[in-house]
Amino acid sequence: MQSTMPGEITPTFDAQNETSLAGAQAEKPQRLTSLEIAHVLQPRFQGEWWPSPEAAEKPFRGEVVLLIPAEHIVSAAQALRDEFGFDYLSNLTASDYWPQLQPRFHVVYQFYSMSYNQRISLRVPLSDPDYELASIESIYPVANWHEREVFDMFGIRFNGHSDLRRILMPHDWVGHPLRKDYPLGYEEPQFTFNFDDIQVRKHKPGYEEA
Amino acid sequence: MTTQTEVTLNELKHLVSERALEGETVLLNMGPQHPSTHGVLRLLLELEGETVINCMPDIGFLHTGIEKNMEAKTYEKAEVMTDRMDYLNTVGNNLVYCLAIEKLAELDVPPRAQAIRVVLTELQRIASHLVWLGTHALDLAAMSTFLYCFREREMILDILEMCSGQRMMTTYIRPGGLWRDTPPEFEDAVRQFLRIFPARIAQYEALLTKNPIFLDRTRNIGVISAQDAIRWGMSGPSLRGSGVPFDLRKANPYSGYDQYEFDIPTATSGDIYGRYLVRMEEMRQSLRIIQQAMDRMPYGPVRSNNRKYVPPPRSELSTSMEAVIHHFKLWTEGFSLPKGAVYVPVESPRGELGCYLESDGSPKPHRVHFRTPSFVHLQVLPVLSRGHLVADLVGIIGSVDIVLGDADR
Repeated sequence: MQSTMPGEITPTFDAQNETSLAGAQAEKPQRLTSLEIAHVLQPRFQGEWWPSPEAAEKPFRGEVVLLIPAEHIVSAAQALRDEFGFDYLSNLTASDYWPQLQPRFHVVYQFYSMSYNQRISLRVPLSDPDYELASIESIYPVANWHEREVFDMFGIRFNGHSDLRRILMPHDWVGHPLRKDYPLGYEEPQFTFNFDDIQVRKHKPGYEEA
Repeated sequence: MTTQTEVTLNELKHLVSERALEGETVLLNMGPQHPSTHGVLRLLLELEGETVINCMPDIGFLHTGIEKNMEAKTYEKAEVMTDRMDYLNTVGNNLVYCLAIEKLAELDVPPRAQAIRVVLTELQRIASHLVWLGTHALDLAAMSTFLYCFREREMILDILEMCSGQRMMTTYIRPGGLWRDTPPEFEDAVRQFLRIFPARIAQYEALLTKNPIFLDRTRNIGVISAQDAIRWGMSGPSLRGSGVPFDLRKANPYSGYDQYEFDIPTATSGDIYGRYLVRMEEMRQSLRIIQQAMDRMPYGPVRSNNRKYVPPPRSELSTSMEAVIHHFKLWTEGFSLPKGAVYVPVESPRGELGCYLESDGSPKPHRVHFRTPSFVHLQVLPVLSRGHLVADLVGIIGSVDIVLGDADR
């Protein structure tokens, strides 16, 4: 029943077993370092190096990060999965740079390759006023809830998402808490007896309705 | 009262099957105050008789805005928030946050601090697995295991209390090392635990591993293949139960895990029983790691010497003006980290626990995000439970080992 593997990671599902890697018709992944992969992707998807152009030679703290335009995120994720074997979406989150509006948000993706133990990160800048980009749920099913969380917390819309509802906040909540212009605390607690009084003088962040 | 909106079935139409709208299948609410949902998890079930056709997890009942709160605190003060996320893995949460700070600051941690970190996180892993084992067995109607598990967990909590003064919310691991060195009785307590615990694991296994009722309730239930588990982002014991030997302690060693010998247990069945076997073996492997770390425990400081990030020892405050200045700066303004972002993953008892930390050069984090295994694993629940009985759903929830504080943050 149980097989104890020796210490080293020897993926049992790597390139020899075609069906196990993301796409059956995928090209055989090349053994490039993640920095080399980023050098392949950068001209193809009009990427920029993040946080500075020097990251092309020496990545910041060893993490390879590419900034790519929103319209390319699906094809970039597809390429990462099918051509380079990044079969695991480790993390998806966002960061708000308010009051800066151009760009205001970065959506941050962390991809991981189980077979080659490599990480690569993509960032998608989003400028005022259309905070939307395509969902990568069809490529990485795990993105479903991560994208819902980003939508809930930042109000970034993912087009083509199957179920874009709030996930952590109540469904009738107004505003997106992790935006930098959303106030933290200092709110009077509302109970049934004073709900309306407080509701009137409550600070209402000027967001578009979610 | 202002008007409150309600979610209608119409809004959830895309989640349920056609037959639910016709009234052929039943929609049933389970939780959020259901004892077997391990916290406040609400499941909306679509049932045909007793068979689960679809299951829609609804989370957020424990959402406390930890990420937002951390943005308003200095790096040091924000650390106590991390304990409150996954309350069964507090040491591990501190560790991932401190590793992220250390990576951004390029801060070195002394070897003794690293070894103590390893001992404590492995003890915490065992404690977390004990809670999982006890509650999971309780869900599957094996009552006594729960009592035995909590008896041993108490020993571990005593060790944590001995070090940090707190049983659960320790905040013992700090950026650049530890809060302070372990007390003299620490070594005896850990060795005592190492002596007792192997026999206790054998006891639990004697109760469950070949128990026909337990086998009936766990085998071939909640099966997921290796490919699906990867696509759905599973990690930790839940992924290893499907036969993928992926462990971040081996893949991206941190805190000197590369110096210790241990195996990655896997099971090939991918069902509840497979995940059970993996976790049981993992406790033994954790003991091996603790044993090696205790035997090779180096002497020396437990905090980095970099005064820009780590406060000076108390004894220096009365003799050195520099130390007073650093102490004052660190406890009022706090330290600033270089501008940039890092993502650091560690292996928590539940899977990949990642910390995304972004700094804008000020003393407060610009953005902290925790990629928590429970959040990701809850999303797989519909995949795991489709076609099984409601009674088995309870076992499936237990087998992916969720902590709602971890999922909702």
